[in-house]
Amino acid sequence: MFDYTIRRTLLAIPTLLFISLILFLLLDLAPGDPTAQLPLTIPPEVKEKIRESLGLGQPLVIRYLLWLQQFFVNEPLHYLTEITGWDLSGDRQRVLSWQSRSPVVDIILQRLPQTLWVVGMSYVVGVLIALPIGIISAYRQYSWFDQIGTFVSMIGFSVPTFFTGVLLIVVFSVELGWFPSIYDTTHVVDDWSSFLFQVKQMIMPTMVLALYNAAQISRFMRASMLDNLNQDFVRTARSKGLRESTVVLVHVLRNSMIPVVTVIALGVPTVFGGAIITEQVFKVNGLGQLLITAIQANDIPMVQSLTFIFAILIVAFNLIADVLYGVLDPRIRYD
Amino acid sequence: MTDITQSKLEQQSKPRSQWLDVWDQFSTHKGALAGAGFFLFVLLAVIFGPYVWAIDPQYIDIRARNEGMSLAHPLGTDQLGRDTLARLIRGGQTSMAVGLTAMLLSLVVGTLIGVLAGYVRWLDGPLMRLTDLFLALPLLPLLLVIIMLFRETLRSALGPEAGIFLLMVFVIGITSWMQTARIVRGDVLSLKEREFVLAAVSIGTPGRRIILRHILPNVLSPIMVSATLGIANAIITESALSFLGLGFPSDFPTWGRLLFDAIDYLQQDPGRVLWPGLAISLTVLSVNYMGDGLRDALDPRIRGR
Repeated sequence: MFDYTIRRTLLAIPTLLFISLILFLLLDLAPGDPTAQLPLTIPPEVKEKIRESLGLGQPLVIRYLLWLQQFFVNEPLHYLTEITGWDLSGDRQRVLSWQSRSPVVDIILQRLPQTLWVVGMSYVVGVLIALPIGIISAYRQYSWFDQIGTFVSMIGFSVPTFFTGVLLIVVFSVELGWFPSIYDTTHVVDDWSSFLFQVKQMIMPTMVLALYNAAQISRFMRASMLDNLNQDFVRTARSKGLRESTVVLVHVLRNSMIPVVTVIALGVPTVFGGAIITEQVFKVNGLGQLLITAIQANDIPMVQSLTFIFAILIVAFNLIADVLYGVLDPRIRYD
Repeated sequence: MTDITQSKLEQQSKPRSQWLDVWDQFSTHKGALAGAGFFLFVLLAVIFGPYVWAIDPQYIDIRARNEGMSLAHPLGTDQLGRDTLARLIRGGQTSMAVGLTAMLLSLVVGTLIGVLAGYVRWLDGPLMRLTDLFLALPLLPLLLVIIMLFRETLRSALGPEAGIFLLMVFVIGITSWMQTARIVRGDVLSLKEREFVLAAVSIGTPGRRIILRHILPNVLSPIMVSATLGIANAIITESALSFLGLGFPSDFPTWGRLLFDAIDYLQQDPGRVLWPGLAISLTVLSVNYMGDGLRDALDPRIRGR
């Protein structure tokens, strides 16, 4: 198992390098010049200096390697310096945003909590809704609960989050006025009433994403339970005289959870992607909104770092899903 | 005696084709039937709608702006007095066209890669690594980046409409073929070892003919199922991009763009977001139901039960 984990981890490194190369080339080969927006009154030689200071003068390979060094060596060293107080980073160049001239990673860390709160909460809520629904609809297949459950999950699966979000805003903010339509990220929770406000403003974005996630996971849960409910070992367990709750919740559920757990792990990075849209709907200034504004401002280092972080998340959670599958299901270990 | 059983047998079993069986199974799934009906309705409405509802979607009637539902404008008008129904139909044309072409592109790429990986042994490794690589790409951020970077160039080269249409179709198609490729590869791998393929090989059928005559027809069912899922995915992606303001320009409506434009008028006219949103959701829902039904109908283990 340990071998398998190590092997999978090593395989992830070339994948990540390749993705970073693709991202780098894509952004580099694309037309568009970051200095194109500067006023025309700037003399050409000054403009050339600005280009050089942005690091645009060097050949492609050098710039790619430099970027790799900045991202994988300089940034971690800088954080080690901050945490431990030892001077490890010296005056190493960090990845700077072209918009604000401040380090990209600092801005990302500022935005991360908002995204994690909304996205993380919605994923947890989604999973908590999905599991019981999937279990009950599989156990009582074709009952009215199952019919309604599958219908609702089909709807949640089909209706895009930007429509559910807007619909919720129309109903609960415009018509009823219960919840604010814009997420206030400057809000500080320090007493009971401000906590209530925080809960209120989180309900809508969280529910939108939770519905979408719950729909997908409950479909998997149902299918996986149905696969296991007719197995021989279930009949054996029943004929031994075990209680029905033990049969379903221990014998069937534990086996059905194997694929579902991996699906849940695989879903985490896609939720970050989907949050881009939800953040835009509710004006949450998280990572998704940062990406959109950076794209519109042609801020290439920021776009590069953010997309690459999304890629790292995907690769990491793929790895986690693979290893989890091996841990949970001894049949598929390759050792 | 034998004559009687012979005629009896003939009476009992009228010649039935495989597709008749598939249709029988499909029509027992009510959701799938309703979905197919609705999808057909949308398709027809989008194609023939402009002839029935002949108002020009670009016609600006500033005195009739922000109107609610009325006989002259069944779904109301927008802030410039343009008829919402006409714009919805025009938007549907673009959305459906993008959905269908992007789906076709991703099917062609997916099937090609899947068949090649499954049939040609030395291509299997590299092609599957490529598929894994594409699956590891952060798709939505990447789509946004590609569109932002290449939009202006294509727009000036091919004109605003054709340029963005091509970009959309290409970008969506090229980022959604991976599931199809994986499924097709798996099926081809198992088909390749079957006796009928062996028989074809042993009489000297060239590889190209084996793929076209013996393998492709047998992987048609997973391809058809992923086609329906592909349409749903393409429509959602297109409207999501338009919703983020990175899709089609505003004078060239699609469902996602109409929804995006309506958000600014959420306070004044909350009903306006409803129509394009409903159009997207119902179309995707019907396509997904169709896919569910097709999956059951094309699976011979379920069929006839």
